[in-house]
Parts: sequence; C-alpha cells; structure tokens
Amino acid sequence: MANKLRIATTSLAGCFGCHMSFLDIDERIIALADLVEFDRSPITDIEHASNCDIGLIEGGVCNSENVHVLREFRKNCKILVAVGACAINGGLPAMRNFIPLEECLNEAYLDGIGVENPQIPSDIELPLLLDQVRPLHEVVKIDYFLPGCPPSAEVFWTFLTDLLEGRQPVLEYGLVHFD
Amino acid sequence: MSNTLTIDGNTIPFTDGQTIMQAATATGVYIPHLCHHPEFTPHGSCKLCTVKVNGRICSACTFPAMAGQNVLSNTQELTADRKKITQMLFVEGNHFCPSCEKTGNCQLQAVAYHLNMLDDHYPLFYPQRAVDASHHEVLIDHNRCIFCTLCVRASQQTDGKNVFAISGRGINKHLIVNADSGLLKDTDLAASDRAAHICPTGAILIKHTAYQVPIGQRLYDHQQIDQVSLAQEQTPHGE
Repeated sequence: MANKLRIATTSLAGCFGCHMSFLDIDERIIALADLVEFDRSPITDIEHASNCDIGLIEGGVCNSENVHVLREFRKNCKILVAVGACAINGGLPAMRNFIPLEECLNEAYLDGIGVENPQIPSDIELPLLLDQVRPLHEVVKIDYFLPGCPPSAEVFWTFLTDLLEGRQPVLEYGLVHFD
Repeated sequence: MSNTLTIDGNTIPFTDGQTIMQAATATGVYIPHLCHHPEFTPHGSCKLCTVKVNGRICSACTFPAMAGQNVLSNTQELTADRKKITQMLFVEGNHFCPSCEKTGNCQLQAVAYHLNMLDDHYPLFYPQRAVDASHHEVLIDHNRCIFCTLCVRASQQTDGKNVFAISGRGINKHLIVNADSGLLKDTDLAASDRAAHICPTGAILIKHTAYQVPIGQRLYDHQQIDQVSLAQEQTPHGE
C-alpha cells in the first residue's frame, strides 16, 4: 500500500512497559502493518527518526541524551505523543527528584550494599544525568497524551485507528487511567 | 416568587438556607467538587465547583440558593476551567498514581478522569514534602495533600477532637497535626476517627489495608465520580 504513515517510537527514562503494552494489540499488529511502517523504534534497527507522521515517546527526560532524542523526534515527527505516566509527569523515575543527584549516585555506586570496586561512572560516552527527571511537555511541544502505567493496548489501538481514519482521537472514560 | 432556580436551563427546587450545591445534589445534578462534603461546613477552597450565577463566578458549595438564579455549570468554558484547576492541583503536589495505594479510589484522580484530563499541562513543582508514618495505624503522605481541610473539619465537627490544621499561606501552606513533636503518633487520633477516613486523596491512609481490593476492581475503575458522588451524597441533602 502506498503512502503508509511512518511511526517512530522510543523509550527515554522509561521501562519499555509502554512498548510491551503496545505489542499487546496482538494480531491487530498485522492490520496495523498494512497501514503504517516503522521508522526509528526498538522493533526496527533504524538509528535516527526522519520525516515521520507520528512519534510515540515513552518515559520522561533524565539525561542529556534523552533531551537530544526528544528534540530529534520533535523535529522529525508531525504528531508527537507522550505515552504513559513517565512521559506525562516523570513517573517513578521522577521520585529521585527529591534526593540530590550526588546522593543518588553515591548510594548506587559507592555506598550501596554489595557494591564492588566503588566508583561513579564517568566515561565520556555516558550521557550526563540531569539534576531532575522532567516530563516531555516541559522540553518540547506535545500534541497528544496517552496516560496510564502503561496505557492499555486498547488505548494504543483506539488512538492510532482514530488518527489513521482521520478522526480527532478520543479516549472514553474506561480508557483513561493514571495507574 | 417560588423557591426555584435553573441549572443549565433546568428548573430545580430548593429550600431556604440551602447552597446551590445542596440544591443541585438533592435533585440529582452533579457539580464537581473535592473540598465539599455534605456532612461538614463548606470550605469553598478547591474551586472545582465553580459555577456562573447570573453571569458571575461563584463557588456552588458556599453560595446560597436564591429564587430565580440562572446557574451555569456543565458548560464547555467551566469544564475547561475545572480541568485547569485539577491540573494545577496535580502539579502543585506529587501525585504518582502508579505508586499510590489510593489509586482507583481517589477522588482527585476520579475528577481528573471525569474531566478527561489526559496531561498535567503545567510545569511540575516536585515540592519537597514529608511522610509521617509515626502513628501505628494511620499514615500521612504530605505529597498528596490538596489542603481541602476535610480532615480538619471531620476531626473538629464529628470526632470532637482537633487533630489537624492548615498552617502557612500560599505555596507554603501545609497540613499540621496537633502535637508538640509535630508527629501524628503524639496526637489523640484513632484509626476509627472520621478524620482518618475522609481524605479524598491518598494523603491520609489507614495502614495494613493497601491493595486488599486489586487495581482494576476499585470504586472509580468502572463508575464515574458523578454517579458515585450522587449515590453517596444525595440522601443527606434530600432529608
């Protein structure tokens, strides 16, 4: 089919749970594959998003690489979607926001129980951590939000089929969950 | 003039002394609210029940019902305002629903669902707030307090105690307890007190009861807050 919509997906400070929930659309993914093709995504091997119609982003922003990826998605996706609790309000990773970053690193890499060869990782290839985890809408313009931890497969299906069929996406009461 | 007013064009009766909220609830009209509870003196602070009375913005829970009032409640404009108010309540505290044991039973969350609130819109505050787990049966998680004062009123008006109060102003406003140590364990709060069970969010919780009802089978998982609220509150007003 010509003119398939291009979808890119990524997980920033997330757990890939939203991606797993997306895959819970089960065999409907075959129908979806007739209508869309995947650009940058964990289910392809494409490294950079380019000229996409829809970008689905799971997770908040916790480090410098997250910021770069998020901006790349914004630049290359006509419609950018914050998927799941972490993308919308930082979620569980943002619960570190109440502890100074140095204390977090010390606990994880120096003082924690069972730590061997204690040292704070500082390789030049590692992205620098932000002092706090922030939601996506504080960094770039977000067009749609799919709440949930994770959003159910029905949420993904309803949202994508609404968009594909040219409707304004609507999540009815039973599809809106913050948990 | 007869004792009637209109809400969204529908004529409803009221009795002298009723507020607009009481008259609406008695006739089965839901006006979203969080700090209002029919058992306690209205507080008028959450502003979710904001309505237009003869073109003027008022809180339905505190404004007296009067003959001939033209009240607007379920309009696009007021619903948008209520959504913004709810979003502000979310960003001002730390409301991480997936890790909160009140999820599914939480009125703040249920109002957000009812208003089809999908995001927080505003930048998040991530304020530093404490948890008071000192009491052996009751927990205070200040991260989730929305300062509705229902615990304050329940303690004073139903329990005959004075366990809770709100201290400070503006962004420094916070819930305090009546003990020199500042700890809940040093107050005379009992787990059977009304005040321990009145919190609309997960700020005051009874210990050892979490997750007895699984997520997915909870109060607002299958019913909207307008139905639940009217079922719970219509009778006391109608009496």
